Amino acid sequence: MAQGLPGVSAEPDAAGTDAAAGTDTEAGAGTGAYAARVQGLTRRFGDRAVLDGADLTIARGEFVALLGRSGSGKSTLLRALAGLDGGTEGGLDVPATVAVAFQEPRLVPWKRVWANVVLGLDTADPRGAADKALAEVGLAERGGAWPLTLSGGEAQRASLARALVRDPGLLLLDEPFSALDALTRITMHRLVLDLWERHRPGVLLVTHDVDEALLLADRVLVLDGGRIAHESRVGTPRPRHRDHPDLTALRATLLARLGVAPEGTA
Amino acid sequence: MPTPSVSTSSAPASPVPTPSGPASSAPASSAGAEVPRGRARPALATLRSSRAALARWISPLVLLVLWQLASSTGLLSERQLPAPSTVGSTALDLIGDGTLTDAITVSVQRAALGFAVGALAGVGLAVLAGLSRLGENAVDPVMQMLRALPHFGLIPLFILWFGIGESPKVALVALGVAFPLYLNTFAGIRGVDGGLAELARTLRLGRAGLVRHIVLPGALPQALVGLRQSLAAAWLALIVAEQVNADSGLGYMINNAREFLRTDVVVLGLAVYAVLGLLTDAAVRLVERRALTWRKGFPV
Repeated sequence: MAQGLPGVSAEPDAAGTDAAAGTDTEAGAGTGAYAARVQGLTRRFGDRAVLDGADLTIARGEFVALLGRSGSGKSTLLRALAGLDGGTEGGLDVPATVAVAFQEPRLVPWKRVWANVVLGLDTADPRGAADKALAEVGLAERGGAWPLTLSGGEAQRASLARALVRDPGLLLLDEPFSALDALTRITMHRLVLDLWERHRPGVLLVTHDVDEALLLADRVLVLDGGRIAHESRVGTPRPRHRDHPDLTALRATLLARLGVAPEGTA
Repeated sequence: MPTPSVSTSSAPASPVPTPSGPASSAPASSAGAEVPRGRARPALATLRSSRAALARWISPLVLLVLWQLASSTGLLSERQLPAPSTVGSTALDLIGDGTLTDAITVSVQRAALGFAVGALAGVGLAVLAGLSRLGENAVDPVMQMLRALPHFGLIPLFILWFGIGESPKVALVALGVAFPLYLNTFAGIRGVDGGLAELARTLRLGRAGLVRHIVLPGALPQALVGLRQSLAAAWLALIVAEQVNADSGLGYMINNAREFLRTDVVVLGLAVYAVLGLLTDAAVRLVERRALTWRKGFPV
């Protein structure tokens, strides 16, 4: 790609996609029964269709995890839902407020943590709103800090606070825990569940971690060949333990779907 | 480049900018990434850094003493290099009769005016080129071509165009200032993290918000590097311009002194140029320290 300023010139594209996607405007996302709906979504890079007529509906307040091998188009689908990809074809219906937490926290380093949380938010009392959101993620003390002085886990918490302060109808999580150490990840799983139960956005969690998907989601999807190739509902009540027999069975199924033979079979 | 004006910078353990809130028991959730904060460190660090600042003054002072000794014992002849004390008393004389202050005023005015024009042009064009492909295509090729011109080589042309008044001097300074600022600001804008630009879209900042909150602050560190280079260029351009033709200012004072074999005035003039350069450099450092506190471990 040429060195244009990323994201600047592409603004009109995103608007165009929204307009083209809003086919059923009267029962749009966030107002109807679903938080987001994708119909026959196709995304080509050159000759290769990474997404090839993918269909996906996320119910309001539903927690969906999306698994797939690397290169399967998980992130492409998430970026399309986030409005970051102007090159898709097909139906895309998302609520007015979509929030994203990326794999890297992407805090703006020259804005203090609290200012990051409310960046772009139109509110009378930004500091108050930021402090409230930071308290929810356990970062009440760090609002005045510079982002580069935060640890990895703290930064990811701030990123979650920034997403949730917007009260999104759809929360997109793009492998937000993959760069964290194992202990921090456990804490973050609990935090995300806690926040989700309190705010109830529709969630799409893109991950390559089958256990993470099973611990958190209502529904686990596997993306393969450019479409949703498999779907498992997880009815196990939360909080879940990874050794629960239901989850063990599901894990084997999902791993097989992902092309990983279960242990001991080789 | 020896910069004895650097004061608090070289403490081995640079104080982390401690946020306003009390961070007594910060959760240590990620290994390694944690930075020690709080408690009695700032006082200790200040003491240590002021001691380091003092240490930096020792070698220039020793040099000055040696120079003075060499002059007073006759090792250095007054015609080649007058003693620091001679230069000092000349300075007092010239301040007394207003010669030095007038010369400084004229030179600083030229530098300031040239800097203002050059900075406006350099930063303005960089923003124009940095923010859009169209702007880049319009501005950048021309700037790259002009950059290849040795701009002191333009002096004869400038004299033909502007005569020998203030304009060619100001123009030469402006030219020296514009290019480093343009190149660095442009590079700074283009070097802004694409991930943050994406973030701005998901936060619906809009184009103006993107420029204001992400692009310009993101380009600032690099632009400040350009600022320091351009200030050095400004003084250099001024010195050259004032050597070539001038009837006032520091350069005129120096050239005039040469005619009368007043080595002490020549040395004084050079010292004043150096001090002016150090002062502006220190000013930029101050701006950097205030504007870039967000950088981890800054000041370096």
